[in-house]
Amino acid sequence: MPHSDGVAPTSETCGHGSKHGCTHRGGCASADPAIDANALISARGIGVTRHGRDILIDVNIDIEPREIVTLIGPNGAGKTTLVRVLLGLEKPDRGTIHRRRDLKIGYVPQRFDSDTVIPMTVERFLMLGGSYGEARIAEVLGLVDAAKARRQQLGELSGGELQRVLLARALLRKPNLLVLDEPVQGVDFMGEADLYNLIGGLRDSAGFGVLLVSHDLHIVMARSDRVVCLNHHVCCSGVPETVAQHPSYVRLFGADAARAFALYRHDHDHSHDLSGMPQAADGDVTRSAGGDK
Amino acid sequence: MFEPFFLRALLASLGLAVVAAPLGCFIVWQRLAYFGETVAQAGLIGVALALAMQMDVTWGVLIVALAVAALLVWFGRQKLVGLDSVLGLLHHAALAAGVIATSMVKGAPVDLTGFLFGDVFAVTQADVVVIFVGGAVVLALVAWLWQPLLRLAVHEDLAAAEGVDREMVRTVFIVLLAVAIAVAMKIVGILLVMAFLVVPAVAARPLSGTPERMVVLTGFIAAASVVAGLWLSATFDSPGGPSIVLIMSIVAGLSLSWAAIGRPGRRGS
Repeated sequence: MPHSDGVAPTSETCGHGSKHGCTHRGGCASADPAIDANALISARGIGVTRHGRDILIDVNIDIEPREIVTLIGPNGAGKTTLVRVLLGLEKPDRGTIHRRRDLKIGYVPQRFDSDTVIPMTVERFLMLGGSYGEARIAEVLGLVDAAKARRQQLGELSGGELQRVLLARALLRKPNLLVLDEPVQGVDFMGEADLYNLIGGLRDSAGFGVLLVSHDLHIVMARSDRVVCLNHHVCCSGVPETVAQHPSYVRLFGADAARAFALYRHDHDHSHDLSGMPQAADGDVTRSAGGDK
Repeated sequence: MFEPFFLRALLASLGLAVVAAPLGCFIVWQRLAYFGETVAQAGLIGVALALAMQMDVTWGVLIVALAVAALLVWFGRQKLVGLDSVLGLLHHAALAAGVIATSMVKGAPVDLTGFLFGDVFAVTQADVVVIFVGGAVVLALVAWLWQPLLRLAVHEDLAAAEGVDREMVRTVFIVLLAVAIAVAMKIVGILLVMAFLVVPAVAARPLSGTPERMVVLTGFIAAASVVAGLWLSATFDSPGGPSIVLIMSIVAGLSLSWAAIGRPGRRGS
């Protein structure tokens, strides 16, 4: 490795700067920092090329224990490809990935074609991920506010219910890294806030790291410890406030996105379930589990 | 009615019905019907190969089925043409090549109808033994891999991310499928093999709330169809394999009609 870990050297521009319309702050492939052995996952110089097109270019990313990392970027920026590479579902053409030996991933996939082709109840679906007792399943389903779905067939669930069930399956594994690929698709705006609060609260209590993928920035950022802005390569990364002010972030998402925090931080005296129905604040499982401020 | 040839036909078909049940369910769950169809039709090339090399037809079909399955997996690596089109290509190419190959086999003219639609009453004692021994091995492997197979069928990426070895499990499944096709071909023929596997599973789906129940029900429907089909064949002198498949299809038609009207298949465990 060219130099020790720590802060990557600042280089003004590099080859792909012009290609993607943003300048680099971190180094390029020639200056990859060393693998972070303490991180849950540490990837260096990840490159993926499909049909002559670069999907990922020299991506470096670390996910530390207990850290919430949000991966943002426009549609088609390579976010899902990066996640698949990190999960080991796809082999990168270039680069190295270090996974900590005790890494246990809970994965909430982006798409779940919940067709009714396989007859299966929610309970059985959860048992597929491992062998859990009745009480544990009830506990986790309660945690994600999906206790009612337990005996339902998978094909009967709404989009929001399915997301909660997928989250439950991931949580049952007691992961030390939770990976969520655009978990709020098909879930309305307020349900989204609750979902992120729930995940943030669970991180605080269970202590896992979180890798969250989103193309929608309005809510994601405030709960994140670190935001990585991806558009085939890492445009910028840092704490949410820094990234929101970063020129390449503003260029990528527009000035509106930089004002997203105000939107997030409004307090509401009620919450919504994932299908958007308002619910009273007291006695709401999501809120108490989510550890709302 | 219970002459030895009829008993052999009954035993072989019943054995096959039981072995086919879990495979048929996985074909339906993973939408592999057309994949299996293509692999089965390539069996005709295997028939010609076996006749030319004077070996057992089952082996010829098995070898070619595996080769075509491997070719399909290989073609699936490119993303420019969808898998349905690749299957369409190979499906017809295999049939054309098979017909040409059988026509070129030297010696006695080949009875194409027998291979295309099977000849259940020509089953020998050795065939029955092969079906029962081979079937036991197939069932044992399916039972051993049941959990990972199910996890992959429900959500492949999720299962793989949780540590299921998808390459291994999928390879074993394709091999099992090729074995089942090669063995079943003698009874129902190349054109109806997939129907024998898939149709009972389709019939069972609307009546099932769990995967295991669907497999058991598929086996029952297939076995009952075998008995009814062979009775039909003996009584009206209709061809055996097609009679079985016709009965299966009627059951599936009724089951799907019921599903179209009501809300079945919703009860859990």
